[in-house]
Amino acid sequence: MSGPLASGLTEFVERATELQVQVDAISLGAIFALMAVGIGLVFGVLRLINFAYGQLIMAGGFALAFASEQGWSVWVGIALCGVVVLALSLVMERAVFRPLRGQSPAVMLIATFAVAFLLQSIALLWFGPLGKTAASLATLNQTVSVGGVEIRKIAIVAIVAAAVCLGLLLLLLERTAVGLHMRAAAMDFHTARLVGVRANRVSGAAVLASGVLAAVVAVLLTVQFPTVTPTFALRETIIVLAGVVVGGMTRLVSATLGGFAIGYVSGVLGAALPTEQSQYLPSFVFGLVILVLLLRPEGLFARGPRTVERV
Amino acid sequence: MSSPALAVRDLTVAYGGVSAVRGLSLTVDAGEIVGLIGPNGAGKSTTLHAIMGVVPLAAGEVSLGGRPLTGLAPEEIARAGVALVPEGRRLFGELTVEENLRLGLAARRDGEGDGDPLAEVLELFPVLEEFRARRAGVLSGGQQQQLAIARALVARPSVLLLDEPSLGLAPAIVDLVFSTLRTIRERGLAILLVEQRAQRTVALADRTHVLTNGELRLTLTASDATDTERLVAAYLS
Repeated sequence: MSGPLASGLTEFVERATELQVQVDAISLGAIFALMAVGIGLVFGVLRLINFAYGQLIMAGGFALAFASEQGWSVWVGIALCGVVVLALSLVMERAVFRPLRGQSPAVMLIATFAVAFLLQSIALLWFGPLGKTAASLATLNQTVSVGGVEIRKIAIVAIVAAAVCLGLLLLLLERTAVGLHMRAAAMDFHTARLVGVRANRVSGAAVLASGVLAAVVAVLLTVQFPTVTPTFALRETIIVLAGVVVGGMTRLVSATLGGFAIGYVSGVLGAALPTEQSQYLPSFVFGLVILVLLLRPEGLFARGPRTVERV
Repeated sequence: MSSPALAVRDLTVAYGGVSAVRGLSLTVDAGEIVGLIGPNGAGKSTTLHAIMGVVPLAAGEVSLGGRPLTGLAPEEIARAGVALVPEGRRLFGELTVEENLRLGLAARRDGEGDGDPLAEVLELFPVLEEFRARRAGVLSGGQQQQLAIARALVARPSVLLLDEPSLGLAPAIVDLVFSTLRTIRERGLAILLVEQRAQRTVALADRTHVLTNGELRLTLTASDATDTERLVAAYLS
C-alpha cells in the first residue's frame, strides 16, 4: 500500500461519514426512492417500464419555472406543477399505455422511449436549450444548524416529503379497495379482471399515483437544480431505472429500496470523491450496478429466486 | 316465460382457424345445476372462457337473463353477475384469505351493504373465518378450493361457473364441494359445472351435457347416474 492511496482512502472515508454528507445522501436517496416507486407502480400493474417518467418531472419543472418567472406565489407554482404533471400522466395513459396493454415489454419500452423524446423535443421547441429558472423555492437551499451541523433545509424537506408520500401510498395500497385491486392486478392481471377488477380503473389509478410522485419529485429537484432544461431529470431517471433493476423490479418494496440505495450511494460518492474525480461518478455508480447484477441478478432486495407459485 | 339465467346459443369458438367449440347451445335456469363433462380438449374450459369474455366468439351468443353479453370485457361480465371459479383456483397466494374475499366484492352490484360483507360466505365456509388473516398461499388444496368458491360467491352472482373444482382434491373435500354446490343451488343460483368426475356430476346436476370434439353429443339426467355404459359409449363415439 503506497502512502498517497492510503491517505486518499482515509480522506474519502472521513468525508463520507460526515453527518452533513450523510443527510444529503439520504435526501437524494429519498427523492430517488420516490421516482423508483413511481416507475415501479406503473410497472407492477401494466408491466410497462415508463422511460418517459423523467419527462413528466421535466414538465413539472417547467411549470414551476413558468410560475416563478410570472412572479406567482410558491403555492400557485406547486399547484400548477401538480396539474401539469397529472394531466400529462393521464394523457399518456389514455393515448399510449392503454392501447398497448398486453403488448410485449419491448414494444411498450420502445413506445415510452418515443414519448420521452417527443416530450423532450416539445420542450426544446417551446423553451429552448437553455431552459428556464425556477427560483421561488431557492430559499430552501439555506442551511439550518442542527446540533452544530449545518444542514440544508431542502434535505430535511425531501426526507419528510418522501416519508409522507410513501406512508400515504402504503395506506392507499393496504387500506382501500382500489389499492387492493392494484395489488391484485400487479400479481395476476388476468385473474383480477375475471373477479371484476376494472382494468382501466387500476391502470388509471397506478398512473395517477405515479404522477403525484413525479410532481413531488419535480418540486424537490428544482430546489437543488433550479435551471430547468429539456433534459431535466433525464440523468436521474436513468440512474433510478438502474436502481430499480438492482433492487428487484418484481416487488414494489425492493424497487423502492433499490432507488433509495442508488441515490444514497450517488450522494455519498458525489460528496466524498475528490473534485477532480467527481466527473467519474456515473462510472463508479454503474460499476457498482454491474457488480450487483453479476452477484445477484434477481435483484439486491428481491426475495431470492422466484419460488412463489400460483396454484 | 322469463329468460333463463344463462343462455348459450350456437356458440362457436375458434383458435387460429381450428374450432374448439362448434354450435353449442345450453341454458341454465336459476336454482339449477347443469353439468358439462367430456374428455380433455373437448372444449369445456373454452366454453367457460367464452362465457366470461376471455376468448372471442366466432359465432353465437351468450346472454344473461335475456341480456346479451357479447363484446363485454371480462370484468364487465363479472359485474353483470357471472362468477367463475377458475381451473387451478387462481387465488392470490400472497394476499390474505380476507383480501382474496374482498377482491370478490369488486363485482358485487348492490354495494357492500351494512355489517361484514363477507359474513354470508364465511358462514358457508367456517374454515375461512378461522384462517381469515392468513396468506392464501399457505392453505391446503381443499381450503384453497373453498376460498376460490367463496371469492366467487362474495360477488352475489346470478350465475356461477366452476371449472373442475374437484381436481386434485381428497375424496372428503370433493364431498364437501359437491354438498356446497347443492346448498347454493337451493339459494337460487344458476350453476354451470365443468367436471372430469362424470358419474358424480350426473348424480348431482339437473342435467349433464357430454361434450366431445367441441360438440354436445348427449344429455344425461340424474337417473342416468348408474347407467355408466351409456356414458362410456358416449365418450367413445
